[in-house]
Amino acid sequence: MSKAIERLKCGIITENPTFVQMLGMCPTMAVTTSAVNGIGMGLTTTVILILSNMMISALRKVIPDKVRIPAYIVIVASFVTIVQFLLQGFVPSLYDSLGIYIPLIVVNCIILGRAESYASKNNVWLSMFDGIGMGLGFTIGLTFIGIFRELFGNGTIFGFQIMPSQYEPVTILILAPGAFFVLACLIAIQNKVRLNKAKKEGVTVSCEKENGCAGCTNTLCGGRQLAEQNSEKK
Amino acid sequence: MNLLLIAVGAALVNNVVLSQFLGLCPFIGVSKKVDTAAGMGGAVIFVITIASVVTSLIYTFVLEKLDITYLQTIVFILVIAALVQFVEMFLKKTMPSLYQALGVYLPLITTNCAVLGVALINVQKSYGFLSSVINGFGTAVGFTISIVIMAGIREKIEYNDIPESFKGTPIVLVTAGLMAMAFFGFSGLIK
Repeated sequence: MSKAIERLKCGIITENPTFVQMLGMCPTMAVTTSAVNGIGMGLTTTVILILSNMMISALRKVIPDKVRIPAYIVIVASFVTIVQFLLQGFVPSLYDSLGIYIPLIVVNCIILGRAESYASKNNVWLSMFDGIGMGLGFTIGLTFIGIFRELFGNGTIFGFQIMPSQYEPVTILILAPGAFFVLACLIAIQNKVRLNKAKKEGVTVSCEKENGCAGCTNTLCGGRQLAEQNSEKK
Repeated sequence: MNLLLIAVGAALVNNVVLSQFLGLCPFIGVSKKVDTAAGMGGAVIFVITIASVVTSLIYTFVLEKLDITYLQTIVFILVIAALVQFVEMFLKKTMPSLYQALGVYLPLITTNCAVLGVALINVQKSYGFLSSVINGFGTAVGFTISIVIMAGIREKIEYNDIPESFKGTPIVLVTAGLMAMAFFGFSGLIK
């Protein structure tokens, strides 16, 4: 049981996919124009992550190593299709506002990354908690970014007016450039924290290297493979 | 005329990276030098155009015929993954010089959400065959334009005095944000 709780803590805090690992940036930037969209996307991803983690973990001894990645993709895509239809049927407003980003959950690095690095090596029970932890971590990340952008870009949170009526909303924050700026500040803060920590311990850290593809934890992503190829050549 | 509008719309107005946030990983990862960025852009144009042709044909002649359009996500992602592998093998055998130029970028494209994104957008907007191909080509050209401009800016940024914590990805994102604002200027092109 303690191991399961550790997986939850790991996903939500120490290895938070949004704030620490910086995974799944495409949906993070695209759907966080409002808090509702952020939480909707986060929970949808969580459900798919839990289901696919459990399924992949249950089948981990059956799937041959050579075709594991196509097999994972088929499993994830099936769950995405099911969830997409459930959303269309029961929460049509969310389905309309997330649009094309629901089917694109298939190529979300978090899901394939967890399948490869955790679910394919651990039992169903722990994989389920890993999925819950990572999914909630992602949901929290998206919701916070959504709240921030909605509050300053529109003056509301979850659709309720928060800012006084004199407040002039910074509309750029809920448009495309705002997503880039918010994310840039987020990574810069993360770098600052890491630099301060390194200074205390007396080690020098280069920001550029750790943020590059080589520092990423997702072994499945093509960017990392390319970075590894380049470093081998050197 | 309509096709021209689709192409311009896909390339400039709804730029795939700067307004739809698809294909961000290669946009940040492979934009350090102009020539690598151009290579990546070329590979993306090649793959997305072929993928639009194939997925559009499969959608019309297989999925719609058999009335199984609900399987589109699964079918498209598998077709794209297989297609990229196939293109890689085909280029290696028949056009070694092109393979030399594009080869390293091809595995990067399988995980690129822009390819799947274009196939899904084609279906969503119920484009016909020709419109789908033009839309795919335009989207890929838009990707190439933005990644090459970004690489050009990044080569200059190297010499600037940036705060320590903004070095690397953050300054790239700030630059991308400014580019996205500039690209808003194109939104008047199409009503």
